[in-house]
Amino acid sequence: MILRHPVLYIILAFAVIMVWLPLHGNNVSLREDLILVAIAVILASNLNLMIGYTGYVNFGHIVFYGLGGYIGLYLAAEKDWNLVLASLIAGVGVSLFALVLGLGILRLRGAYFALATIGILVAVQSFVANFDPWGRSTGLYVSFGAYEKLGGARHALWVTYFLVIGVMALSMILSLGIKISKFGLGLFAIREDEDAAVVLGVNATVYKAIIYSVSAFLPAVAGALMFYKNGMIDPSIAFEFMLSLEGIVMLMLGGKGTVIGAALGGGLYEKLRSYLLTSPKLSNFHLVIAGGLLLVVVLFAPGGLIGWLYRLVPRSRKVLE
Amino acid sequence: MSGIFASMIDGLLIGAVYGLAAMGLSLIWGVMDVINLTHGATIALGMFGMYILFSAFPVNAYLLLIPIIAAGLLLGLLIYWISVHWVIDRPQLASLLSTFAVNMMIIGIGTAIWSTSPYNVNFTLPGITVGAYTFTGNHMAAAGAAVVIALALELFLYRTRMGKAIRAVADNREAAELMGISSTMVLALAFAIGISLAASSGALVSTLFPFTILSGASYQMKSFVVTVLAGLGRPFGALVAGVLLGLLEGAVTPFIAVSWIPLIEFGLFVVVLVLFPRGIFGRATA
Repeated sequence: MILRHPVLYIILAFAVIMVWLPLHGNNVSLREDLILVAIAVILASNLNLMIGYTGYVNFGHIVFYGLGGYIGLYLAAEKDWNLVLASLIAGVGVSLFALVLGLGILRLRGAYFALATIGILVAVQSFVANFDPWGRSTGLYVSFGAYEKLGGARHALWVTYFLVIGVMALSMILSLGIKISKFGLGLFAIREDEDAAVVLGVNATVYKAIIYSVSAFLPAVAGALMFYKNGMIDPSIAFEFMLSLEGIVMLMLGGKGTVIGAALGGGLYEKLRSYLLTSPKLSNFHLVIAGGLLLVVVLFAPGGLIGWLYRLVPRSRKVLE
Repeated sequence: MSGIFASMIDGLLIGAVYGLAAMGLSLIWGVMDVINLTHGATIALGMFGMYILFSAFPVNAYLLLIPIIAAGLLLGLLIYWISVHWVIDRPQLASLLSTFAVNMMIIGIGTAIWSTSPYNVNFTLPGITVGAYTFTGNHMAAAGAAVVIALALELFLYRTRMGKAIRAVADNREAAELMGISSTMVLALAFAIGISLAASSGALVSTLFPFTILSGASYQMKSFVVTVLAGLGRPFGALVAGVLLGLLEGAVTPFIAVSWIPLIEFGLFVVVLVLFPRGIFGRATA
């Protein structure tokens, strides 16, 4: 079924290009740029499952990424586990956490849920900052020797890069898979009119909890890989509220509810941000520009870039999901 | 034992200021069903407004509240026009994101001007000493000012034509329009009052503690907690809930590290949201 959708091949081609670009000529600085793009695409795509598909705004999506990072780093660095296994455990653990949490807070509708997600972010952050095994506010470090298992630090950077690109491709394929499934249809029904969906037999409580939990899995895996690669984690970088919010900007910019839009917005916004942050004149204003961009998109182009493309070339709707 | 007592009195006084901030959030939320995410940024602007005014005119800082309230009203009209007016009939997601976008812009500009280093307003009123404890004059004056502003709002909402129009629009916008109330004007006014309340609470906080441009965020969080405790669209209930939150903070600070307080507050927030979605003091029907 999924094989009939052209977007699948676009996703695969995109992943191959992302792998090939830095490998060709062993371009390390390009690789470091692209890994940030990949993380942005992962966060935006998974956030899309909540905001775009289900219509629930999650301001605290970064909790999954940060918690995944903590669990992954703790297992891989402190307990000396295999990195891939540690990342998967981080993903499963954070998903279960999200499932339990979701069954509670997803009884809240709309804006109340959005507010609760801010509360969760702050609560988790202050819990981790006081949690002894995770080093309280100083966080955790990876000792240099730990990278030996992956063939030394230089090699380890490449390995984590490929793994992150893999997670990125999986995020997009997951978005596509859910979009064309009956489950996805149920989510769209909840987004359009939750009461009507319930009357028509969509078990909204379960659907919402499942999608909340699913949207936690890959960001947690990515967090584990990324913080392992960076060699350190602490509560302020793991649960950076700004990054959580920028995820929303990315999604709105590209076009919420579409697979390609989420990825496009993530990639473009990340490039824009790194340009703004490195430019001496504009670095102070990167928030202003991001905010202005979000405002313009919300007020004038709620469909984002993809929505604009759909209107310009109506046939593109059939190809780009 | 009297240590807790003193800490609770302090908490109670600060709680009145939390309540004032939450009244602004609650008014906007209740009247137009918009969750104003510029709230925290406006609180921070109120702090810096006080700082600027006090540097220029070193008079009694609490007199400077009057120009801050006026400037808050104007700022509120501006923010309403930029971010809310165009999306008022769209799903709630739109206003949530558009006010958030304005919040990012205000914080960005503020960071460029003042960086994120701490500032303070160097103004002290004489305090009252009871036994071994001194209650600072600033705390009492700030709480007093908060209560006066809250009472003024209550009188405005319940005793004036314009206030009644705001409540009518909050209850049923279509019906109010049929009765000849211009809902655009009422919405803009309610939003301006909400922003003005946030700014004045920020100004009051700035006389108590040092602050940065990012300080508004934690007061925004407290306002959310207070608003859900009080239930929506109940401005005076927000003041009471604010005092309760302040008392709670005052009662726990002698026993646990300050870094745990966010966890307790937001644990409470989520539990109240889930168990009492209409607020502890909320009406049975929305």
